[in-house]
Amino acid sequence: MSLRAIPTLLKVGFAEAAAYRTEMVVWVLSTTMPLVMMLLWTSIADVAPVQGQLGASWSSATFISYFLCVFIVRQLVAAWAAWEINFEVRQGTLALRLLRPLNPIIAFATSNLAYLPLRGLVTLPVAIFLVATHRDALSHDWRAWVLLPFTIFGAWLINFLVNVCVGALSFTLDSSLRVMDLWFAFFFVFSGYLVPLDFFPPWLRDIAAWLPFRYVLALPVELMTGRLAFDEALRLVGAQVAYVSGLGALAALLWTRGVQRFQAFGG
Amino acid sequence: MRRAFELLKVQLKASVMLAVQYRLDFVLDLVIGLFWTIAAVLPLFVVYGGSSSAQGVPGWTFGETLLVVGCFITLQAVIDGAISPSLSSVLDHVRKGTLDFVLLKPHDAQLLVSTARFQLWRAAGLVHAGIVFTLGFRELGHGPSVLGVAEALLLLLVATALLYSLWLLIVSVSFYAVKVDNLSSLFTSIFDAARWPASVFRGAFRIVFTFVIPLVVMTTLPAEALLGRLPWTSLVASIVGAAVFAVVARSVWLLSLRRYTSAGG
Repeated sequence: MSLRAIPTLLKVGFAEAAAYRTEMVVWVLSTTMPLVMMLLWTSIADVAPVQGQLGASWSSATFISYFLCVFIVRQLVAAWAAWEINFEVRQGTLALRLLRPLNPIIAFATSNLAYLPLRGLVTLPVAIFLVATHRDALSHDWRAWVLLPFTIFGAWLINFLVNVCVGALSFTLDSSLRVMDLWFAFFFVFSGYLVPLDFFPPWLRDIAAWLPFRYVLALPVELMTGRLAFDEALRLVGAQVAYVSGLGALAALLWTRGVQRFQAFGG
Repeated sequence: MRRAFELLKVQLKASVMLAVQYRLDFVLDLVIGLFWTIAAVLPLFVVYGGSSSAQGVPGWTFGETLLVVGCFITLQAVIDGAISPSLSSVLDHVRKGTLDFVLLKPHDAQLLVSTARFQLWRAAGLVHAGIVFTLGFRELGHGPSVLGVAEALLLLLVATALLYSLWLLIVSVSFYAVKVDNLSSLFTSIFDAARWPASVFRGAFRIVFTFVIPLVVMTTLPAEALLGRLPWTSLVASIVGAAVFAVVARSVWLLSLRRYTSAGG
């Protein structure tokens, strides 16, 4: 039953994305951090190439391709359900969603996914620029490019499920969005968003491998820039799948527990 | 003038009362802000760290760069505490058409909207800035001169005026493009570029971030003042520039206000 509704929901979501296109473009534009980091790293690499911990040499061009890939991946894996859930719980409008014969999580997920085509369109110029000017710094292994869409989807799932978990906390916590803030601070450090993981000392890289953040960003980015051997990539995809299933179970638990507490107050 | 101060006092009092109600927020801001500070400083440890072969930002040592980051964190606290909260509320007013109630009040609308809301606990950011400044000066091995501190404080005031003027321009845009309610996040993310010394900006970026969005003036110049190597001409130029910026912002605001049609919904 609910599966049949998904195409319609996607269509509605797409229409919404088209209606709020200016807002979406502003969101995309406000992802300036990769570009800010790119400025820093290229100014350093222009003086002399930087040596990574694993022996790779990073020139200015390597940094540009790395951070442009970061920008693209970040756009494609974005999720914001935590804010929506938080808002609806506080306003009490979640009650309307609960009345529908469709799991609210699926509704949030489809409306989120429906933004993807337009977000992709906005990042397309960056992708074209990247391929046109820095093709050499991208992966030459076709298998990496086959694997890429799956890792991007996996990354989005992790992001979305964390959003649902934090959103579900808003049933019990007043300021669950602060938890999201904390998640982002860790994400900035451990996902390769600010500093490529290649520059982490070995012990810190080991920690990063155990945390979820690496699988949200660095994995697809390193696939694109050819930093990963294919076997290594497959192993990381395995870890990503493990994180998706674990977070999926946690999200389901927190959500069902939380909804029972929901009293539709507010207004 | 006296009425303006009276008004400021009343508005501040309201914000203080609100802040006191949510005392726990101070601790939360302190803890979460600490993680953000670590995230802001970490790339520099990598860039200047002994383990990597990087040479660092051209023309800036580790300690000097930390001073720039310190200025950045200070101004971020000012934005989050004093500028952004009011910005979000006035954008809301414009979208919903409730700005009417502000305009009806017998006082200057700009003053009313820009003092509407302060988030006082965001001052926790100043503690983090203090930590970064301390780290920076320890790295340098000497403290700042009195004149340097005075100049830096003056420049941070100039930076606040510049940020406020930029804010007013953004609000003015909202009269034309009403649907854009996330402009405030664009504002903060552009400011993110201010966290590095100006020498990382080259070519067109250098010109844009010096004259159009004067990020260079906001963080690099105060840091140079603390280091005692700020030319007098830069100080005077930034004060004059900020004054011009403020006058332009005020006129644009007055012009845009006429466009406000109130129809909400």
